[in-house]
Amino acid sequence: MKIKVIVTLKNGVLDPQGKAIQQTLKGMNFGNVEDVRQGKYFEIEVKEKDEKKAKSLVDDMCKKLLANLVIEDYKIV
Amino acid sequence: MRSSVIIFPGSNCDRDMDVALKKFGFKNQMVWHNDKSIPKSDLIVLPGGFSYGDYLRCGSIASKSKIIKSVIDFANSGGLVLGICNGFQILTETGLLNGILQQNKFLNFICSNVYVKVKDKQNKYFKDLKKDVLELHIAHNEGNYFCSNDELKSLEDNNQIAVTYCGEDGTENETTNPNGAIKNIAGIFNKNKNVLGMMPHPERMIDKYLSGADGSLFFKNILDNFN
Repeated sequence: MKIKVIVTLKNGVLDPQGKAIQQTLKGMNFGNVEDVRQGKYFEIEVKEKDEKKAKSLVDDMCKKLLANLVIEDYKIV
Repeated sequence: MRSSVIIFPGSNCDRDMDVALKKFGFKNQMVWHNDKSIPKSDLIVLPGGFSYGDYLRCGSIASKSKIIKSVIDFANSGGLVLGICNGFQILTETGLLNGILQQNKFLNFICSNVYVKVKDKQNKYFKDLKKDVLELHIAHNEGNYFCSNDELKSLEDNNQIAVTYCGEDGTENETTNPNGAIKNIAGIFNKNKNVLGMMPHPERMIDKYLSGADGSLFFKNILDNFN
């Protein structure tokens, strides 16, 4: 089963790459861009048929490795 | 004084550290990350470099290496653990040190000499150090120290801030902050001050004719305090 995870920086944590992308978009005349936050996306193939169990396993992975909870939040989608 | 330098795939300051430690009289050994145990040591060093190509987050993969359990046990039993640059990043990922090193504020890789102010001398690294400001070298893309407000308060209250970026005269402000680190932080201790992580490289400043000699003071001081 494939589980998808999105890891993003927490609100309030400076995201210099997001800022640079935002400024570039502005420079390209995308004037409506108010903010850009960059994150990471994972697709994890788990040997598990039960979706609940698979997600709980991935949740553990997020806490232990995929996200650093000091600055990042994660979302299993 | 016996020391061990841990080598991870992608470490590139391990041999410089070996040369520096031996120059000042440490009995140093190199230890591979896949080993389970560390030879008897008084100091463990996690060197600079780009372990695992900085994949996922700097230091995150190395912090799950086989050898790390021994490093954590050694640190928890009061042993001296020093992480330089990528070593500092690894220490934050293991949880031995608070916070995290984020990408530099202006997105540039910085390679230059800097001055750092020694903020605390009640520890085995800086006790009785003759100078308050050291000239050291930094080379990193992720050196922008960040932690929560609560963690910062706790670091300040326990005097866990080890070194901060400053001018030659010790002035600390935004212009002497190369990477955007909170409070100009260049290095911190754990609560017991036996674990030290810092971005500057003392091992690159051990020869006054080639670079500078303030790194020499750092290593000699650790030895003097041990003896």
